[in-house]
Amino acid sequence: MPGNLGGVSSSPSAPDVLIRAHGLVKTFPKKHGEAFTAVAGIDFEVRRGEVFGFLGPNGAGKSTTMRMIGCVSPVGGGHLSLFGLDPNTQGPRIRARLGVVPQEDTLDVEMRVRDNMHVYGRYFGLPRAVIRERAARLLDFVQLTDRAEDKVEPLSGGMKRRLTIARALINDPEILILDEPTTGLDPQARHVVWDRLYRLKQQGTTLILTTHYMDEAEQLCDRLVVMDKGRIAAEGAPRELIERYATREVLELRFPLGEQEQAAEKLAGIGERLEPLPDRVLVYADDGEAALTEAHRRGLEPVTALVRRSTLEDVFLHLTGRTLVD
Amino acid sequence: MSTETISAAASAEATERSRRVPGGLVLSWRQFLYWYTFFYRTWRGTVLSAILGPVMYLTAMGVGIGTLITHGLPDGVTYLSFIAPGVLAAMAMQNGIFEGSFTVLGSVKWAGNYWAAVNTPQRPQDIMFGTAMQGLARTAGMSTVFFCAMVGFGTTHSPWSVLALPVALLTGAVFLFPMMAFSITLDSDQPLTVVFRFVMTPLFLFSGTFFPWQQLPEWMHPIAFITPLWHGVELCRELTLGTVTATSAAIHIGYLLVALAGGVALARRNFSRRLYLHR
Amino acid sequence: MTSYALQPRVAPRLPGTFGTRRSLRLVERNIVSYRRMWLMFLTGALEPVFYLLSLGVGLGQLIPNVTGPGGAPVTYVHFVAPALLATAAMNGAMYDATFGIFFRLKYGKVYDAVLATPLTPPDIALGELTWCLMRGGFYAVAFTIVASFFGVLASPWAVLAIPAALLIGLGFAGLGMAIATYMKSWQDFEVVNLLMMPMFLFSTTFFPLGVYPRGLQLFVEITPLYQGIEIVRGLMLGAVGPSLLLRALYLALMALAGLAIAARRFGRLLTA
Repeated sequence: MPGNLGGVSSSPSAPDVLIRAHGLVKTFPKKHGEAFTAVAGIDFEVRRGEVFGFLGPNGAGKSTTMRMIGCVSPVGGGHLSLFGLDPNTQGPRIRARLGVVPQEDTLDVEMRVRDNMHVYGRYFGLPRAVIRERAARLLDFVQLTDRAEDKVEPLSGGMKRRLTIARALINDPEILILDEPTTGLDPQARHVVWDRLYRLKQQGTTLILTTHYMDEAEQLCDRLVVMDKGRIAAEGAPRELIERYATREVLELRFPLGEQEQAAEKLAGIGERLEPLPDRVLVYADDGEAALTEAHRRGLEPVTALVRRSTLEDVFLHLTGRTLVD
Repeated sequence: MSTETISAAASAEATERSRRVPGGLVLSWRQFLYWYTFFYRTWRGTVLSAILGPVMYLTAMGVGIGTLITHGLPDGVTYLSFIAPGVLAAMAMQNGIFEGSFTVLGSVKWAGNYWAAVNTPQRPQDIMFGTAMQGLARTAGMSTVFFCAMVGFGTTHSPWSVLALPVALLTGAVFLFPMMAFSITLDSDQPLTVVFRFVMTPLFLFSGTFFPWQQLPEWMHPIAFITPLWHGVELCRELTLGTVTATSAAIHIGYLLVALAGGVALARRNFSRRLYLHR
Repeated sequence: MTSYALQPRVAPRLPGTFGTRRSLRLVERNIVSYRRMWLMFLTGALEPVFYLLSLGVGLGQLIPNVTGPGGAPVTYVHFVAPALLATAAMNGAMYDATFGIFFRLKYGKVYDAVLATPLTPPDIALGELTWCLMRGGFYAVAFTIVASFFGVLASPWAVLAIPAALLIGLGFAGLGMAIATYMKSWQDFEVVNLLMMPMFLFSTTFFPLGVYPRGLQLFVEITPLYQGIEIVRGLMLGAVGPSLLLRALYLALMALAGLAIAARRFGRLLTA
């Protein structure tokens, strides 16, 4: 029934490129001292119908990149084009075809839910009747129909985020941009948002999202780039990246306080690679159970031992030596 | 609940049309319509004070204080007729300053509606002009009510009087844009209070509104001449008293227009800087 | 939301009683939060001075002597200065009480945090009142010093103008605080303005009572600002009589009533 929510008209078999970035740079002049480079020359392409992700920790340059894509921050250097248009000169025409869900909800908290949809749709110059019809359909899609006449202020964080998503779809955008769509939400609210985004993906909507949650990136993204300190560290499909930069499984070991360093020395040689973290040691091995047996054989007695599959977190750790969420 | 259905074709056509972003002030007009929707629910309370305020003001200042005044005014002019045009211009200034303050700061700081608008075809200058249009519309409304009160109190002595209304609006605009330019840079409302008390109140009190500027000490005269409010007050007064000349009108209007152009340029620049994060 | 059950109870006490020492903690909070706002205090003190210069000195040149409180003629600057002190006390207290408290109630969530400590709703009411009074006192002293340069302090009684201004502030802070607890949105400030503007304009601030017909005079005489202006004018110009005490009583009762209502409403709004 939601039919054409994301509004993708051309067939997915012709993967045309919607966004093209080459050597993209953004530098902010610092008030004292030298300039701060938030984005330090990145290349990427986003194709129609795919879900493209920017994965990285806070301060990696994801939001700045998103703001340039959203044409609300002038391109600082290099090349960026959306739909073949230049964001620096064609901002309004590009934004007319985008839907944006910013990191902070920018809802009119003193207005009613339905009014928020209305005033936003009017910015695009959509006729009232069209907005009314779409608002009803979109509010239903994000499960807010029974809150349509309520003010926004008392809504929960998850509801506000869903409303922001519905609002961003009012102009039938060709690309939906989401900056950290579930940051700050509780686990249950996150799953509801993921479910809705997954449906959009199923309908073929082109989505771009930033996240520092590896599970979010793994579940939703067809393709992603791993960003760190304004640069792209790796690019590919989630599974592909894991296969490239991590083993199939990971053994996580915790030791009593003060004993970890010794234990790490004893572990040397088990698996393909060791990664000692402040609170635990990660052993990268294709067979985690076998690695654990070997650790026990060497007389190690970890407080806890966990075997799991590798994730994007491990990819990031390998590429940067740091964790995604600190 | 509306049960209306829009055909997929009609909906697609609306989308198609929305992609052809219009030029000129159409985008600014959409921002104005936002404010219209926003204030639509609350206009009643505003209208009441907008009407009662001028009536009380003219009664107290013009009639009340007028009974005490014996000398110092231009020949044959009552105190009521003297201050009414002054207050018309001064209130337009106050209105301009208020409209350029909390509306802008609230939008960028608390309500977030500017941050929503930048993700639509709206450009910073559209957001700025649209907000200014609504501020000017309200200023025009308030000024019109005050002007009607002036007519009711018999303070309009010349057919030129009717032009005092656009001049007052121009005066309001001269203050609205710089105030918007200032407010958009802020993160708290404390500096606004300082501007109200340190800039607006002295202007209100010393720009020849309540007593002839000739009463000010000699050294203050040049200061009065460079304040746009003084020009607005003088011209409004010349128009309602019928003493206006082509030269004086040209000087006052010229000065106000130059100040307006400066304010608009500053507001455009600051809106773009803040909303596009040129930190 | 916030409940008494969540409050740590260090010593047994009746909930909802006034604790003066505890109220001072709230005053301390406000001092800390306003500490960096010195510019605001400076401009607040200067605003009535601008009025004095404009009306008393500028406009005063057009006005011959006016009938003073004792019936004796006084210059216009003598007439208007006490009124400006009184209205400044009213404005300051009203805006602080209505605007400030409404904001803290609705958006700041300051009181929710405060009530999670041993402070009670009446402590908040009393603390806020004390705070308003401190600011009012500062403004009153500043204005009186400036006014003395204009030679408008004609009598030794004028020293009492400062506590009188504080009493006016107290009365209106109580009133404003009570009103603030009933306000629902920013639009309600229009109503506050509609109450204050006529008082500001007509309570013999700018011209004597004699201008009005008798019926209107009675109307003016019952406004609290008129009482305040009469007290300050009497003290500054040396026309002191027992009637001033009666007027002071009026303002004191208004303060108490406002405080009592606000304390009850704070309790209802914050611990519901």
